[in-house]
Amino acid sequence: MSLRNRELMNLVVVGILTALGFASVYIARQSVVSTASLSYAGFFFALYLAAHLVCRLTVPAADPYLLPMAALLTAIGVTEIYRLNPTDAFRQGLWIVVAVGALSVTLALLRTDYRRLESYKYLFGLGAIGLLMLPALPVIGESVNGARLWVHVGSLQFQPGELAKIALIVFLAGYLREKREVLAQGRLKDFGPLLLIWGGAMLVLVETNDLGSALLYFGIFLAMLYVATGRVLYVGIGVALFLAGSAVVYTYVGHVRDRVTIWLHPWTSHPVPCALSGKPALRQDCASYQLVKSLYSLAHGNWFGTGLGKGTFETTSGHPLIPYLNTDFIYSALAQELGLVGVAALLLVYMLFVTRGMKIALLADDGFSKLLAAGLTFSFALQTFIIVGGILRIIPLTGITLPFVSYGGSSVVANFILLGGLLLVSNGGTVDRS
Amino acid sequence: MNRQIARLALVGLGLLAALIVGTTYWQTWASAGLSDRQDNEIARVAQFSIKRGLIRAADGEILATNKRRRVGGQTLYFRRYPKGGLFAHLVGYSTQSRSRAGLEESENDFLTGSNTNLKSVVDKTLAQLSGATIKGNDLWLTVRPQAQRVAMQQLAGKCGAAVALDPRTGAVLTMASRPTYNPNLVESNFGAISHIQSGCAAAAPLLNRATDGLFTPGSSFKVVTATAALDSGHYTIDSRFDDKGYCIEYGKQVHNFADQGNVERFGSVDFLQALEHSINAVFCDIGKALGARSVLNAAKRYGFYKDPPLETPSNERSPSGLYFHGKLYDPTDPATQVDPGRLAFGQERMLATPLQMAMVAAGVANSGVVMRPYSVARVTAPDGSLVAKTKPHKYKRAMKTSTAHALNQMMQAVVTGGTGTAAQIPGVKVAGKTGTAETGGAGTLNTTWFIAFAPADHPTVAVAVVLQNQTGAGGTTAAPIAKAIMEALLPGRSNP
Repeated sequence: MSLRNRELMNLVVVGILTALGFASVYIARQSVVSTASLSYAGFFFALYLAAHLVCRLTVPAADPYLLPMAALLTAIGVTEIYRLNPTDAFRQGLWIVVAVGALSVTLALLRTDYRRLESYKYLFGLGAIGLLMLPALPVIGESVNGARLWVHVGSLQFQPGELAKIALIVFLAGYLREKREVLAQGRLKDFGPLLLIWGGAMLVLVETNDLGSALLYFGIFLAMLYVATGRVLYVGIGVALFLAGSAVVYTYVGHVRDRVTIWLHPWTSHPVPCALSGKPALRQDCASYQLVKSLYSLAHGNWFGTGLGKGTFETTSGHPLIPYLNTDFIYSALAQELGLVGVAALLLVYMLFVTRGMKIALLADDGFSKLLAAGLTFSFALQTFIIVGGILRIIPLTGITLPFVSYGGSSVVANFILLGGLLLVSNGGTVDRS
Repeated sequence: MNRQIARLALVGLGLLAALIVGTTYWQTWASAGLSDRQDNEIARVAQFSIKRGLIRAADGEILATNKRRRVGGQTLYFRRYPKGGLFAHLVGYSTQSRSRAGLEESENDFLTGSNTNLKSVVDKTLAQLSGATIKGNDLWLTVRPQAQRVAMQQLAGKCGAAVALDPRTGAVLTMASRPTYNPNLVESNFGAISHIQSGCAAAAPLLNRATDGLFTPGSSFKVVTATAALDSGHYTIDSRFDDKGYCIEYGKQVHNFADQGNVERFGSVDFLQALEHSINAVFCDIGKALGARSVLNAAKRYGFYKDPPLETPSNERSPSGLYFHGKLYDPTDPATQVDPGRLAFGQERMLATPLQMAMVAAGVANSGVVMRPYSVARVTAPDGSLVAKTKPHKYKRAMKTSTAHALNQMMQAVVTGGTGTAAQIPGVKVAGKTGTAETGGAGTLNTTWFIAFAPADHPTVAVAVVLQNQTGAGGTTAAPIAKAIMEALLPGRSNP
């Protein structure tokens, strides 16, 4: 079977799963949702069929599993968002249309030779810095939950950090490809760029007040530096520098300190000062409210979950029990309704995606392509780890999206561009091999 | 670069694998602990889709049932308490906004069918998978509605509590506490409950005074002192004493009970008469002779210094004993730290719950053996099959059998010719002991007690009654209530 036919077969399976998901939500919540929900699956199938046709035309030799896996993840996300809030699901649907558009444009523009991106690496580097700085600007920047990650123009809101991430990876792939030999020698003056980027990450941390983003960008940088130079020592130094910088930021930035306190001690048995109400309260009723409620959601899911549409997210009078459920905490919602079995399967899909992405990096035959594919794939894994790890109290919780699944336009568009990058590299790699 | 990429792939996959491990921890290992937390609204709200088990009295009367309501496409079951405030403290409540209390809290696993009985687990999982309503198990209590009604009527308008036990088994036959509240209002109109007024300073209608109320036992504690005395072997029912009307403690006179200003003085009496007339001076001397440690040890053999056993949540039960600055106080060296004379007649910072004092009466009634109190007789599945059944258990041996028999006689004398004559029931031998504790200085209101059991030859009921803020004595205020409750519980005597 040809690669693209295999992709089509996989998409059909995803389409059936999506239909089952929406049907399940519809059955559980008949009185609340309309029969229109059943048309969603058809709509999504048509949308991904279109994406598939674009792939057929532009990247015929690309990996046949990436698009179906992305489709599956977005379908799971939209199903859960629909179950939580049908209006949000409609908007997310529109964003996925935009994202598939962005994917098609990326593929169409770069199908002949994506490697020319390398010539524009400094433009991407500057672009990444510019995008990262946007939320810090006075008028358009916006602070949500103490973290400055948003930009709003009129009624439109987006997180430029998501696109900055991809620009940063393109820049690093180009830059490291060029400088890898020099860097590998380890002369002191070559540490300049390393220190520069460390400084940049710290700046982002201070500017945005967000530990998660800083960890993500710096983690991507270290991973790509390692792939380029093969020097574990650099990673060690980088991690040490990051920890030192974080310690300083921890000492001086109250918001970061609060996040760490919440992480270590979410429950208190005696009232502690509560910044939200100004009165003493138990921490689980105040600062760590979100984290604790989200853990209760997980715990309630147990092995098999309550079933799609049957989870408990509100009181019987409709008062929400978990805030930011469809963005930062969509994983807790899924964990409650699908149970351990369901979300473990979801995480396995992420692992498969990472495996395919890394395989593409292995098969690619030039340094830029390898670095690009490895960087994009690792950023995908690390971002998943940062948000889900935060929910699971493995690391301090930071508000970041779960790739493909969370509600949020900028995230979905950026992830489809990331997907486009991997498809392009795999297309090139396979063609060259044959 | 391929070696580095392969390693990076392992790192990426390792991070994601860590997420699977973390999720497994929260969803399985930590799950049960989290769902029991009081601030876990999700678990609480989710249980409203479970058709909770019924709670029934001994005769099958329904004390807690469900009202079905459809909200947002879901069928939810809200709790209804058809008897209102009659059983409020024992049964408790189950709500969304104020969590749970009473047996509704402590027996939640049975009531929601999440107990670890294999059949319940299998039934629940099958119901969940098939989408059917999960049904909880029913509780059948030991309480007798008829006697409960009598007790609550007798206590109406007062602050106090009454507990009746079957001394042979430990079954709770009556558990009444006033003021009470309507559990149906906890969710919808809690303000009405918090505004309940009563004759005592803190109305505290939610407080189960029967198990969580601490009161100075006064002379009712003399039963414990007498237990210590008789068990020591140094005293018998015939031991003689000379009552001068007072005893000397730390160089000061401690007087007997003063009836209208005249201090009672009995002269030469035996032990039986000392208890019959509740003579403080005699018990004061006995206390000094025995020492505080011996009296406290006798109390501990009745269950003092431990939460009285019952199925209700442990935060709704308090241990009886000496209290110092609001905390239970177990002296390391009672000889120097406790005044033995005042302890002997139930003062000296001694506080007791009605349930504990009922256990004292029951211990004497049951030839010295205190049975473990219980209120849930059995648990049945929705199809009627038995899930669990409570077997009576010996809790403690409080005294020698001979001591129990002597005390039985002495307590009968209290009712036939002593301070407790108001508890006499025609044709039935009743044994009892009064208590009148002056909670403040002279002229202030008293906490009054009556503990009793009947029929004295073959006791089937033991009772403790406490009343706060009384002008009278235990024999005139609490004894008639104890009598009414016993009458309602003795076979063939139930009041219409």
